[in-house]
Amino acid sequence: MQSPAEIVQHSGGVIGVSWLMIALPLLGAAILLLGGRRTNKWGHFLGVAMSLGAFVVAVLSFVELLGLNPEDRRRAFELFEFIPGMVNMGMLIDPLSISFALLITGVGSLIHIYSIGYMSHDRDRRRFFAYLNLFVAAMLLLVLSDNYVGLFIGWEGVGLASYLLIGFWQHKPSAATAAQKAFIVNRVGDFGLLIGIFTIWTTFGSLAFADLTHQVTGQASEGTLTAIGLLLLLGACGKSAQLPLQSWLLDAMEGPTPVSALIHAATMVTAGVYLVVRSGAFFEAAPTAQLVVTIVGVATLLAGAIIGCAKDDIKKGLAGSTMSQIGYMMLGAGLGPAGYAFAIGHLITHGFFKANMFLGAGSVMHAMNDEVDMRRYGALFSVMKVTAVTFIIGYLAIIGFPLLSGYYTKEGIIETAMHHNEILGWLAVLGAGLTGFYMSRMVFMTFFGKKRWAEDAHPHESPAVMTVPLIILSIGSIGLGAYLVLGNRFLTFLSPAVGLPQPADMPEPHVFGVGPAALATLALVAAGAAFAWFRYGAAEVPAVAPRGSFLTTFARRDLYGDALNEALLMRPGQWLTRIAVFFDSRGVDGLVNGLAAGIGGTSGRLRRVQTGYVRSYALSILFGAAAVVGALLYVGNM
Amino acid sequence: MTTHYLVLSALLFAIGGVGVLVRRNAIVVFMCVELMLNACNLAFVTFARQHGNLDGQLIAFFVMVVAAAEVVIGLAIIVMIFRTRRSASVDNANLLKY
Amino acid sequence: MPWLSILMAVPVLGAVGVALLPKGSDKLAKQVALLVSLVVLGLTVAMAVQFSPNGNRFQFEEKYSWIPSFGVHYGVAVDGIALVLIALSAILVPIVILASWHDAEGAVAAPVRDAKGATETADVKTEVVPPKRSAKTYFALLLVLEAMMIGVFAATDIFLFYVFFEAMLIPMYFMIGSYGGVQRSYAAVKFLLYSLFGGLLMLVAVIALYVVAEKNTFMFPELIGAIQDPTTQKWLFAGFFIAFAIKAPLWPFHTWLPDAAAQAPAGAAVLLVGVLDKVGTYGMLRFCLELFPEASKFFTPLVIVLSVVGIIYGAIVAIGQTDMKRLIAYTSISHFGFIALGVFAMTQNAQSGATLYMVNHGFSTGALFLVAGFLIYRRGSAQIADYGGVQSVAPLLAGAFLIAGLSGLSLPGLAPFVSEFMVLIGTYERYAVPAIIGATGVILAAIYILWMYKRTMNGPTAESVKGFTDLNGREKWVVAPLIALIVAFGFYPKPLLDVINPAVDKTLTNAQVTDKQPVSTVAEKKGAGQ
Repeated sequence: MQSPAEIVQHSGGVIGVSWLMIALPLLGAAILLLGGRRTNKWGHFLGVAMSLGAFVVAVLSFVELLGLNPEDRRRAFELFEFIPGMVNMGMLIDPLSISFALLITGVGSLIHIYSIGYMSHDRDRRRFFAYLNLFVAAMLLLVLSDNYVGLFIGWEGVGLASYLLIGFWQHKPSAATAAQKAFIVNRVGDFGLLIGIFTIWTTFGSLAFADLTHQVTGQASEGTLTAIGLLLLLGACGKSAQLPLQSWLLDAMEGPTPVSALIHAATMVTAGVYLVVRSGAFFEAAPTAQLVVTIVGVATLLAGAIIGCAKDDIKKGLAGSTMSQIGYMMLGAGLGPAGYAFAIGHLITHGFFKANMFLGAGSVMHAMNDEVDMRRYGALFSVMKVTAVTFIIGYLAIIGFPLLSGYYTKEGIIETAMHHNEILGWLAVLGAGLTGFYMSRMVFMTFFGKKRWAEDAHPHESPAVMTVPLIILSIGSIGLGAYLVLGNRFLTFLSPAVGLPQPADMPEPHVFGVGPAALATLALVAAGAAFAWFRYGAAEVPAVAPRGSFLTTFARRDLYGDALNEALLMRPGQWLTRIAVFFDSRGVDGLVNGLAAGIGGTSGRLRRVQTGYVRSYALSILFGAAAVVGALLYVGNM
Repeated sequence: MTTHYLVLSALLFAIGGVGVLVRRNAIVVFMCVELMLNACNLAFVTFARQHGNLDGQLIAFFVMVVAAAEVVIGLAIIVMIFRTRRSASVDNANLLKY
Repeated sequence: MPWLSILMAVPVLGAVGVALLPKGSDKLAKQVALLVSLVVLGLTVAMAVQFSPNGNRFQFEEKYSWIPSFGVHYGVAVDGIALVLIALSAILVPIVILASWHDAEGAVAAPVRDAKGATETADVKTEVVPPKRSAKTYFALLLVLEAMMIGVFAATDIFLFYVFFEAMLIPMYFMIGSYGGVQRSYAAVKFLLYSLFGGLLMLVAVIALYVVAEKNTFMFPELIGAIQDPTTQKWLFAGFFIAFAIKAPLWPFHTWLPDAAAQAPAGAAVLLVGVLDKVGTYGMLRFCLELFPEASKFFTPLVIVLSVVGIIYGAIVAIGQTDMKRLIAYTSISHFGFIALGVFAMTQNAQSGATLYMVNHGFSTGALFLVAGFLIYRRGSAQIADYGGVQSVAPLLAGAFLIAGLSGLSLPGLAPFVSEFMVLIGTYERYAVPAIIGATGVILAAIYILWMYKRTMNGPTAESVKGFTDLNGREKWVVAPLIALIVAFGFYPKPLLDVINPAVDKTLTNAQVTDKQPVSTVAEKKGAGQ
C-alpha cells in the first residue's frame, strides 16, 4: 500500500490564484444580492459568467497540476491566519479536490445556463442566480480548503445555500417547511462533524490536512480513531442523506428543478463521500468505522432504491435514486483506497447522468405546466425528442448499461465490495437490480405508453438554452466512465491524494473484464427493466395511483422515516418544550414572583401595626425600652 | 441614703408613664410627660449628690430647658389640633397610620 | 492624554446638553445625541489604534486618589478584553440611537386578539402606550448609559467598578420603565430588584475583600493574589459570582431578562442584552478568576453545569416562545451559557472564544433585536402568530432578519461561529462531556431561529402584513454596519483575537492555570519548529 503524497507549499502560477474559484462566484452572489433590482436585467448573465470564470480557473489549475510530477501534485498555500494559534485558511489543490472543483464548476455552469431558460418566467430570477453562485462558492470552499475548519465553513455554507434554494418559493408553506427540515436535519449531522473536529484537535493539535497524515493518525489509539470516524460519518450522513438522516432529501425536491440537479444530486449531497475519502487517514486506521461506513452505504442504497420504486412524483423518484447512488459511493468510500477511485469516479459520472436526468425532468415539467406526477405523463417521446433521448442516455448510464458511464464506476464498486465482503457485494447487486426496475418504470411512464396528460397540457420541446446543457451532460454520461476507469486512469490520477491500495485489496481482473458479479448485475437489471416494461410500458398505467400493497405503502411513505422521526423526536421534543416553558414561567419565575409576593404580603400585614394611636406607639416604646434595659442587665450580669 | 429619692423618682416616672398610656386628653398626656421628665430630673440630681459631682445637676438644667421648649411647641400643636377638630383627644388624631 | 476619562466625559456632557435643549426640540435632540455618540466612536477608534496588544497589560492608565481614607481610587485602564468590550459599546450606541428614532414615542400595545390568540384582520386596534418622559430625555439617558458602560469596563479600582455596576441600572431602569410596553413597570422593577440584590452581595464581598486583604486599596492589580486562604476565597467568590450570574444572566437567575427585554424599547433591549449583561461575564473573567483562583477551581464544576443547563434550557424554552422579543431574550440566555462555559473551561481557546463571543453576541443579538423592532414597529405586535409571508412584501427586511438570525445560530462564515467554535473546542480540551452537550445547542439554535423565521417571513402573506414597507434609508443604515461587522469578523477574526489573546493569557496566568496540551506528534513537531 502506498500512502498519499505529502502536501507541499505552493506559490505562483494559476494554482496560486485558485482562490479566484471561490472569490468569483462569491462576488457574483454579493453583487446580485446587494445590487437589488438594478441588476435584474443582466443578473443571470453575471451569475453564469462568474460560474464559468470559476470553471476556467479550475481547468487552468488542473492543467498546471498535470504538468507536475505525480508525487508533487498536492499543492497547498496559505491565504490568511484565521484563528491565531489554531488554524490558517488555505487552499489545497490536489487530484481529489480538483476533480471535485471541475465537477462543481463544470456541471454547475451547465446548470446555470439551463436555469436562464428554466427560470425565465420567475420574477425572482436574479435572486435565484445569486443563491446558485453562493452555493458554488461555498461548495468550492468545502472541497478546496486545506483544513477542517474551512471545510466546515463550506459545509455549512452549502447547507445555507441549500436552505435558501429549497425554500426559494418560500410563499409555499411546503417549500418553507422542507427548507427548514433540510437545515435542521443537516445540523444534526454537523453536530457530529463538529465533535469529530474537536476530537481531532485535542488528539493531534492540528486541523490542517497537511499535518494529519497516516503516520500521525496511526499513533492514536484505535478507540479514538473509531470515534473520530463515526463522528465524521454522522456529519457525512446528514449532508449526503444517508440513513438515518435521509429524510430531508425527498422533501428538498420542493426547490426549483435546477437546484435539485445541482445541489441535491450532482454536488452537495456527495460532500459526505468527499469527507470520508478526505479523512481516509482516520478511517483506514479504524476498521470498525470503515465497516459502519459500508453498512450505512448498503442500507441506504437499498432504502433509496425501494423508495424510488414507489414514487409517482418524478423528482422524488429521482431523489430516491440519488440516495441510492450515494449509498454506492459511501460503500466504495468505506472500502479504503481500493474503493476510493471508484467511489469518486461514480460520484463524477453520477454528477453527469443524474444532473442530466434532473434537468430532463425539469424540461418535462416545464413543458407540462409544472406537473410532477408521472401518472399524468406518458408518450412524451414524440413531442420532446431531445429531452427524451438525453434522458434515456442518462437512464441507461444509471442502470449500468454496458459501456456507458455508470456501468464502469458502479461495477467497480460492486466488484470491490464483493472482494471485500460477499454479503455487502450481493446486497449491492440487488440494489442494482432495483435500480433497473425503478428507473425503467420512470422512463416508461414518462416517455412511452399512452397520453395521460391534464386537459390543458400542451407539451413542447424546451428552448436551446435548456437542451444544449442536456446534450453536453448526456455526452458525459456516455463516455466519462470508460475514460476514467479503463486502464485505471482515475485510480492513478487520484493516488497522490488518497494513496494506492495494496494489490490484495483489489479484485482480480476477470476475463474480458466481466466477472460473475457483473453478469449477475446485468441479469438482475435486465429482469428489473423487463418487469417495469411489463407493468408500466406494455400495460395501462392508471392516472390515479392504486392503493397498492403493504410494501408499496411502506415505500411510498419513505419507509416511515418521517413517521419515525415524528414519533421519536418531534413529539417528545414538543412536549419537552411545553414542559420547559411551563417550568420556566411557573417554576423558576414562579419562585421569584412567589418570593416577591411573600415579602409583599408580609409587609402588608406588618403595616397594620401602625394604627395611628399615640398610646399604642408609646406602649411599644415602653416595651422596647424595657427590653433594651433587660438585655443590658442580662449582658452586664454575664 | 439616697435610695428614698430614687424610689420616689421611679414612682413618679411610673405614674407619668401610666398616665401617658391610659389618658386620652392630650393636655393630661402632656402633663404626664412633664411628670416623667421631672422624675428623671430628680434621679439626676440624686445621682449627682451620690457621686459628689455636678454632672447630674448640669443635665437636669438641660432637661428643664428642653422641657420648656417642648412645652411651647407641644402646646401650640395641641391648640391647633383642638381648633381644627374641636377635641383634644389623642385617639381622635389617628390619621397618620398604615 | 486621558483617553478613557475623555471617553466618559464626552457622552456625559452630551447628555447634559441634550437634556438642556428646550422643550419640543426632539429632532434636534436625536441629532445631537447621534453626533455625540459618533464622536465617542471616533475617539474609541483613535484610542484602539494606539493600543499595543503585546505591550503592558493595562494601558491608558489613569489613577487619582478619590477617598484617601479607604484607599479608593479613580482608577481606569484597559487591557485587550476591556478594550474590545468598550469598542462594542461605542459601536452599538450610535446604531441604537439611529434605530431608536421612534422608540421614545411610545411602545405599541399588543393588539386585541380573539380567543385563538390570533388577529386575522388588518385593522387591529393598536393602542400606543404613551411614554412617561420626553424623547430628549430618552436620548440623554442613552448617552449617560454609554458613559457608564465605558466606565464599568475601564475601571481598575474595584470600588469604582462597583459604583458603575450599580449606577448603570438607573438609566436603564428609566428607559424600560418610562418608554417600555404595557407591563413596563413590572419589568423595570423586576430588573432593578434582581440587579440590586446581586449588587448588594457584591458590595459585601468588595468590602470584605478590602478588609481581609489589608492592603488599604481597592486597586485591582494590587489585589491579585492578596487572598490566599481558600475558605475566604470561596465566600468572596460566591459574593462576586452571584452578582455576575444575575447580571449575565446565568440559569437559574435569568427570569428577569425575558421580561425586561420584551418590555424595553428595541434599542434599550439591545444595550441591555448586548452590553450591560456582558458586565456579568466580564466580571467573572476579570475578577472572579484572578482574585480567587482557588475558589474558581473549586466552583468550576458547578458553574459548568449551570452553563450547560443554561445553554440547553434557554434554547428549549426559546423554541416554545410565542413572542419574538422574549424568544430572542431566551436565545441570549443560551448564548450566555456558552460564554460562561468558555470562561470557566480555563483554556486559552475557550476564554479567548468567550471574550470574542461577548463582542459577537453584541452584534448578532443587536441586529436581531433591532430588525425585530422594525418589524414590530410596522405591525404593532411582537406575537409571532401575527406575522406571515413578510418576505414577499419586504424582502430586504426579511433578508436582514435572516442574516441576523443565522448569526444567532452561529452559521460558519458569520462572526458568532468563530467564538462558539473556540469556546466549544476549548472546553472540549478539558471537559469533553459538557462540550458535547453544549454542542447540541447548535441543533436547537437552528430550530428556534429557523422556525421563527418560517412563521414570520415565509408562507402566504398574512392580511395584516400586506401593507408593510421595506426597510427605509435610516433602517438600512442601522442594519448595514452590523451585518458588515458580522460578516467581516466571520471571515477575519484575527484583529480582535490578536488583541484578546495576550489579555487572556495574563488572566490564565493569574488564575494559576496552564493550558492543556494535545498529546500528539503534530504538536511536538510544531513546538520543536517554533
